[in-house]
This record gives sequence, structure tokens and C-alpha cells, in this order.
Amino acid sequence: MKTGARTLIEALQREGVDTIFGYPGGVVLPIYDELYDSSIRHILVRHEQAAAHAADGYARASGRVGVCLATSGPGACNLVTGIATAYMDSIPVVALTGQVPTALLGNDAFQESDITGITMPVTKHNYLVKDAAEIDRVIQEAFYIARTGRPGPVLIDIPKDISTSEVKAGTTIPETVSLRGYQPTYEGHVRQIDKALDLIAGAQRPLIYAGGGVVLSGASAELLEFMETAAIPVTTTLMGLGTVPGDHPLCLGMLGMHGTQSANYAVTECDLLIAVGVRFDDRVTGKIETFAPNAAVVHIDIDPAEIGKNKKVDVPIVGDVRAVLQALLRRMQKRGDTANWAARINSWKAQYPLGYCDDGHLRPQYVVEQLSGVLKGEGIVVSEVGQNQMWTALYYCFKKPRTWITSGGLGTMGYGFPAAIGAHFARPDMPVVDVAGDGSFQMNIQELGTVAQYNIPVKVVILNNMYLGMVRQWQELFYDRRYSYTELPPVDFVKIANAYGIEGITVEEKDRVREAIEAALAADGPFVLDFRVEREENVFPMVPAGAAINEMIGVRQK
Amino acid sequence: MKPHTLSVLVENRAGVLSRVAGMFSRRGFNIESLAVGTCEEPNMSRITIVVNGDDGVVEQVMKQTNKLIDVIKVSDLTERESVERELALIKVTAEPGTSRAEILQIADIFRAQVVDVGAKTLVLQVAGDTDKIDALEKLLRQYGIKELVRTGKIALLRGVKTVKSSK
Repeated sequence: MKTGARTLIEALQREGVDTIFGYPGGVVLPIYDELYDSSIRHILVRHEQAAAHAADGYARASGRVGVCLATSGPGACNLVTGIATAYMDSIPVVALTGQVPTALLGNDAFQESDITGITMPVTKHNYLVKDAAEIDRVIQEAFYIARTGRPGPVLIDIPKDISTSEVKAGTTIPETVSLRGYQPTYEGHVRQIDKALDLIAGAQRPLIYAGGGVVLSGASAELLEFMETAAIPVTTTLMGLGTVPGDHPLCLGMLGMHGTQSANYAVTECDLLIAVGVRFDDRVTGKIETFAPNAAVVHIDIDPAEIGKNKKVDVPIVGDVRAVLQALLRRMQKRGDTANWAARINSWKAQYPLGYCDDGHLRPQYVVEQLSGVLKGEGIVVSEVGQNQMWTALYYCFKKPRTWITSGGLGTMGYGFPAAIGAHFARPDMPVVDVAGDGSFQMNIQELGTVAQYNIPVKVVILNNMYLGMVRQWQELFYDRRYSYTELPPVDFVKIANAYGIEGITVEEKDRVREAIEAALAADGPFVLDFRVEREENVFPMVPAGAAINEMIGVRQK
Repeated sequence: MKPHTLSVLVENRAGVLSRVAGMFSRRGFNIESLAVGTCEEPNMSRITIVVNGDDGVVEQVMKQTNKLIDVIKVSDLTERESVERELALIKVTAEPGTSRAEILQIADIFRAQVVDVGAKTLVLQVAGDTDKIDALEKLLRQYGIKELVRTGKIALLRGVKTVKSSK
């Protein structure tokens, strides 16, 4: 006989879990007691939200399922933002929560919350375990659901008496999971694939629009081969950065609200749009009626519900992006004549490069460029949300998938720092840098305690403008410069870091940026870089809300 | 915009109805009627949902419903040969005298059964498609309907065809 908690730990080990991010509490005491001498490493965060983000960062950096653990009530509720973040970006996370004993369920017991009810809209699936004999099956199903099909977070709520009750030894564990209500489609329909190939053969101005689905399905090599074979330029979403090297001649960079001019013009003029692992999010499309107005649309996605949700599609292909790209490559016989289109795109790229006022002042774009120059695509870059995120997306040259970790769909400030912690445990061989704003960093700044405790070598690059910069930018542009509650008083971040025993440097001069970044990366442990940047710098180009994506403001011309 | 009748086969588990109903309200889909109960398979339930919307909306409804792990199969019965029935209980004011006789005549025409006779009321039970129940309700209004309850529509395909787990 063994306890439910013991059964749980063994089931997690069978799923290959090596790290759990968590925070203990009353009803998870039996689980923590089993963790105490188990082979699974547990990282104690300073707030449960950080546990969820760290599990998410671990998943994004590794491609494996990230795991977090919290107690009932407030602990479970604190996970919710992190779970919702993972859900919006389709990240495989298993969240374990303790629950009050089954006899007290529904009784408003101490630290009781209906976490399965609360997380129903933000999980792919969730479970309330009411019999310890179910633990093995539930864990197996949860990991299977989290990582297969369109990935997503799964929550498992475990009442305390289930953790302590005895489970009969020797119960057989099924070898494979079989769920009659869940059978994702992986192979694309051959007839649809051939229809797409017909369109490709006839297209004169084709464009690939690639997103997070390419990262999730591990299809970067296939995408690269496909675009090079068919000679089709590619633009990526925020989530798709790194799926193709940012400096590839066919790469136009990001599209959408803060997309490059060449990407947004290409979408508007293309006659064939091949959407790969994307969901036509409003931050990408702008005014949907004028998004790719002249194009036939091929949409490849594993989730049939995404097809036709926002934009009418001519050739839907439901399937795993990697499998479908392989089939397209296998069956491709003819490509279109795209020479004129390539010339047009190259002239846009030459005419409208990204740029900013590169004077003697310390500007945030310059900091990101220097980081890019030092890391050369060989590190993991995590961001917070807002201007810091957009500058990193635009000015850092990503070269590989899973080296860019950001909260795209939910746009969660405070995500980056704990996600960077998770990324480190997934890829201890890689340098991990969190590009932050002073606003976002202060949302989970308590995790300095975690990085100090475990000497986690995460480097924080703060683009400190003493504003909630993106909101301030909108107020400047659309609210007559009325900076309503967006100014933040100065904070000495290095002193805060020092208080935790962490090193840091404050940088105010442009010519000290490079050496500061190099010093941070050379240090063995965590490091905080506080860059006091130009306060009212804006992210440009920008598509105002509700406008067509070729109607950008703040554009530059060479 | 027209009503679509969806037959949804689900796992018979705690919380399934709340998953389905929650998804509908979250995504702004309007449920006209909903009926749920056990079915021929011991571990499954069948939910019949009538939803209003154009074809694009109904397609989204079906796809999003299908995504729920506990949902086994979703079928739109609207354009297919099916039988659709609803049951209503109607408590109508019927003072002894003329109106009572009229109500009984109307009930007879609609094949409604009298399931309760009170001093001042009758309870009628009627089954049929939505239009039939609407028509009876309209006719009885003049006598005074004190209470009314409808089950929501249930439906099955005609003939040998079935909505079953294909898996």
C-alpha cells in the first residue's frame, strides 16, 4: 500500500518530470513530504504566479511539459494568470493544486476555492481527483492532453484526503492513453494539400505568414526548406520569431500592429497568403476586412476551430504544421514565377529599414541591438510585455526557435522574469536574458529571492524609462499627452538586487552599454542591468487600433 | 440567422454540462434551448442544444464544442431528416363552467393530456415540435396561464442513421 501523494510523485516521474516550480501550503503538505526525498527537483518561488510562469518558460524553452504546484485557495488562485498566459499561447503546462478534503468540498472551508470551475475557461482540460485510484490515469491523461494536438495547460486538483489515502499497490497502468472525445488530426488531407500546391504554382505574389504553431510542432527546418524551395518570402508573428533566421534574405520580420513596413505592405499586396500555425489575431490583422485583401488564403493549423474563425479561408488544411509542410514539400512539382515579387519586396526592405534616432542619447533600441550583437542568437531571450517586448521583437535578431519567450496572447506583464527562471532549468547550457521595463519588472520583482537562493544565472536587462511606456505611448498619440497614472517614480534597481545579494550595474551612457552587457553575461550568477533610457521613446512603426495594417504611423524612409 | 438543433454526445461525468454551457456563454453563443439526459450508452449523455446564428457562427459553435475533451461527437440535425420533440406542462385557469369545456376541446385537438384537475385549474401535458407547443400556448393564454414549463427540444435522426461515437 502507498499513499496518493506517493502515487502522484511516481506518476510524475513516469512522465519524465525533473523539475517542479511550486509553493507549499496546508493541503499540499502530504505531497511536499513526498517531494522532500524524491529525485524531482523543486524550485521554491516567491509567489505562485511565478511558479506558473516558470513552468511555462520551462515548456517554451524545452518543448516538454512544464509543471507547477500550489496549495488550495489563494495558492491555486495565484496560478490563474500564469495558466491563462499558457492557454493563450498554447503552452503545455500541468498545474497541480491541493484542495480541501473531499468531505469539506463545497463547504466554504478554509482556503477552499473552486479552482476547476475558475480555470475551466483557461485550461485545455482540468480534473478534480475524487478517488486516489484515479491518480495514475489522470496524470497520464493530463500530460498527454497538455502536449498533444494543440498544446495547452491542464490543471489537476487533488483534495488532501486523496493525497493521504492508501492506494492499492500493483494497479496496472495503461500503456497508452485513449480518449474517445479527443483525437487530434495530424496528417493534412491530401486533396487539400494538392489544392494548396495548385495555388502556389499559380501565384505571382505569395507570402508565408508563420506563427507559434511552427515552434510548437518543431517545424522550423521544414518551414525553411519549404520557403526556399518554393521561393516564397515569410513574415512571422510575435510568437513565430526565430522559426526562420531573422537575417534570412526571404525573411521580412514581424507583421501586424508593430510589424515592419515591408511585412505589412507584403501582406496587403500578396495574391496568396499561406498561414502556418497562426490564428489571425487582431494584433496581427488590424482591420480584418483589409487584411490580405487580394489574396487567396491557405490556412494550416492543428486546431480546426481556428480555421475560418476570424478570416475566410480558401484552402483549410487541418493537421500538424510539420507533417503538412513535409507533405507539401513531398508533393510540390512546380513553383510560381515570383521574380518580380522578390524584387518588389527587396526594394521595400531597402527603402524601409527599421530605425530610430541614433544620437548620443541612451535609447532602448540601441540596448537591444547591443544585446543582439553580443548574444548573436545563441541565448534565450525572454521579455516582459509592452514597449520592452516590441523593441526586443524588432531589434533582436532571432535565429533559432525556442530562443524567444514572450507572452503573446494574454500580454502578461510580470511574465518574463519568472519565465526566464523556468527557461534556465530547461536549458542550463544557454544564457538567459529577461528584457524588462521598469513597470513589468516590478510586477514579479520578488523573484529576485528565487534567483538568489538557487544562484540562477538569469540576467535582467531593464529598459528603465520610469513610465508604463506602452500605455504612455498610446496616451501621447491618442489621448492628447494626458499621462494618466503611467509615470513611475525612480527606483534604484541595483540597490534592490544588492539587498538580495545580487550584482547589478546602472547604465546612463550609451558608450557603456556593451561592456555592461558583457559583464552581466560573464558573471556566474544572476545580474541586474538598469538602463536609464530616453523616457519618451516610442515603438514605431505602429498601426493605430482599427486601421488597416498598411496604414502605419511613425514610418521612416531611407 | 436561424435555429440549429445540435445533438452532442458527451461523457457522463461531473461538470460536463458546465463545460459546455460555460463555453457557450464565454464565446457569446446564444442557447435557445438545452436538454440533457442519459442515452443508450451507459457512460454517455446526450445534450440537445438549439442555437441561433448564421452558418459561420454555428460552425464555430460546433468546432468549439468538439474541442472539449469530454465531448465525444457533435452533429447538426437541422438539415437532416430528424424527429424533434419538446414536452410542456401548462397550468391553465379553468373555472368550472364554459371555459373548462373549451380548454378540454383545445387540449383534445392538440392531443394534450390532462394530468391534473384542480378546483380552478387544469394541468395539460403536451408533446410535439416547438411550433405546436407555441400554438397551444398562444391559444390557452386567453384563459390565463398560471404556470408553464418546457423541457427544451430533444431530437433523433430518422431511420437507421445515428449520432454515435465514431471512434
